[in-house]
Amino acid sequence: MNGLRPSGPARAGQYLALLGYLAFLAFPFLWLISTAFKPARELASLHPTWLPDDPTLGNFRQAFAEQPLLRAAGNSLIAALGAALIAVAIATPMAYVMARHRGRLSAAATGWVVISQAFPFVLVIIPLFLVLKNLHLLNTLSGLVMVYVVWSLPFALWMLTGYVRAVPAELEEAAAVDGAGRLRTLVSVTAPLLAPGIVATALFAFITAWNEFFFALVLLKTPEKQTLPVVLTRFLGAEGVADLGPLAAAAFLATLPSLVVFAVIQKRITGGMLSGAVKS
Amino acid sequence: MTSVTATARSGGKAGGTGRPAHRPRPVDHGAWFLVLPALIPILVLSVGPLLYGVALAFTDAQSGRTRSTQWVGTLNFQDLLHDTLFWESFRIGLLWAVGVTVPQFVLGLGLALLLNQNLRFRWLARALAIIPWAMPEVVVGIMWRLVYNPDAGILNETVRDLGLGDGRDWLTGLATALPAVTAVGIWAGMPQTTVALLAGLQNTPQELHEAAALDGAGAWRRFRTVTWPALKPVALAITALNFIWNFNSFALVYVLTGGGPGGRTRLPMLFAYEEAFRYGQFGYAAAMGCVMVAVISVLLALHLVGRLKGGEDR
Repeated sequence: MNGLRPSGPARAGQYLALLGYLAFLAFPFLWLISTAFKPARELASLHPTWLPDDPTLGNFRQAFAEQPLLRAAGNSLIAALGAALIAVAIATPMAYVMARHRGRLSAAATGWVVISQAFPFVLVIIPLFLVLKNLHLLNTLSGLVMVYVVWSLPFALWMLTGYVRAVPAELEEAAAVDGAGRLRTLVSVTAPLLAPGIVATALFAFITAWNEFFFALVLLKTPEKQTLPVVLTRFLGAEGVADLGPLAAAAFLATLPSLVVFAVIQKRITGGMLSGAVKS
Repeated sequence: MTSVTATARSGGKAGGTGRPAHRPRPVDHGAWFLVLPALIPILVLSVGPLLYGVALAFTDAQSGRTRSTQWVGTLNFQDLLHDTLFWESFRIGLLWAVGVTVPQFVLGLGLALLLNQNLRFRWLARALAIIPWAMPEVVVGIMWRLVYNPDAGILNETVRDLGLGDGRDWLTGLATALPAVTAVGIWAGMPQTTVALLAGLQNTPQELHEAAALDGAGAWRRFRTVTWPALKPVALAITALNFIWNFNSFALVYVLTGGGPGGRTRLPMLFAYEEAFRYGQFGYAAAMGCVMVAVISVLLALHLVGRLKGGEDR
């Protein structure tokens, strides 16, 4: 930005605007945290304050007592881990082919990746519901994992294709000239270079599944099977105002895994989105 | 399946494995082996259900019925044509999608331009931008319900502090419900838009900027002549995606208002969900899905045509 430094007032305006953005982005989250630590008495007050006068962990205790949060978190963990691992396991080879071979197959796969972004889920969910019902996988976590895998594939393929393209094909060709077989080249040359991208993609698939609500709402009926987002909405029942504290506490806890994982992979994800985008 | 194996075999003969490969390489045995693990789930759980869904739209399929499902031709679509509730929902869906997508772009562009400057604390904005992006949609909805809460919410307290009256029940007011959920939609989607636009900005040629500044071009002219042409493809792509995602969104509004009050925030997805899983009208709900896809496709096609024309201008 040398030579383009704005004048004093313009700079001040920029900082003011930045401050506005910071406030807009932060305030709902700060309010959530504040509510989570407020005792019931303060929540019932007609003049709520920004900070709890008398911070408490009571809401967290009550949240765990009211709803089976641990079981729901366990279900979410199984669904998200299963989806993430299976998705990268099957997407990585396919992304490799899409990146290295330009044929009708790659074109069709890229087309599917793009079109699948435009599906309204409602057109897919009814058939999925019927298919899983016939397979006796309705209301099971395995059924949900299958749906999550396919649902995270477009993004995984998009990201991984970009990462594969970033590995120079010349490296593989050099290995082939040196007499390394196809599999050997993939395992000892390509895979190590691809590993960070694969990990980032898996973590992203994990967060997407951890956060997902619609499929879980439709496909899981019994409370024992339900995932965290579905259980969270049960706090919203008819109970009303009295439950604000536990609701905020549970919502805050449910967010933490996503925030931590996302903070770790954010740079790599944005990089991957672009490398996928620039070439296609 | 037979055609797949046949292609694989002939491809295998054509693309010998011994020579150092040139790009583009023909698809060979290995490629099919690598593709199948992903291809089968895609066909079974994505392409298949999609076609099945379109077919359902032409049947009278209902949940939990013993009588077998019959083809009813275009009956569902004829009914849909006269379903004023659905078209009202569709209108709300478009209002919502435009009302969220446009501010998302404008605010996202503003923030991206700021973050592209050498400002202090921009790391903080980058860190905060993660929150809406990573947060489960259900939690976003819950969080804003706490903000909008008529008694214990911070919004009404601020309104009262500023002496602007007693505040109101934002999410259940007929006039305020849609604007209130739209604001949440903007908040939730702005970071992705910002990050995409910021990446686009960082690809614009810095030398051109400096040359234009030396020639005495002001900030606005530099933006119009240097930044915008380079940013335009990214801007069009992210806006198109945002529009589709917003039109198809469900969880946020489901948690915030459940479609109320009086259907004022009943997005088409919520409408179709209720039709399918509350009333069990699978065929009719599938027809709604088809109409949604058709409308989105037309809008997208218009957008792409505009994009191609924009490309010719440059």
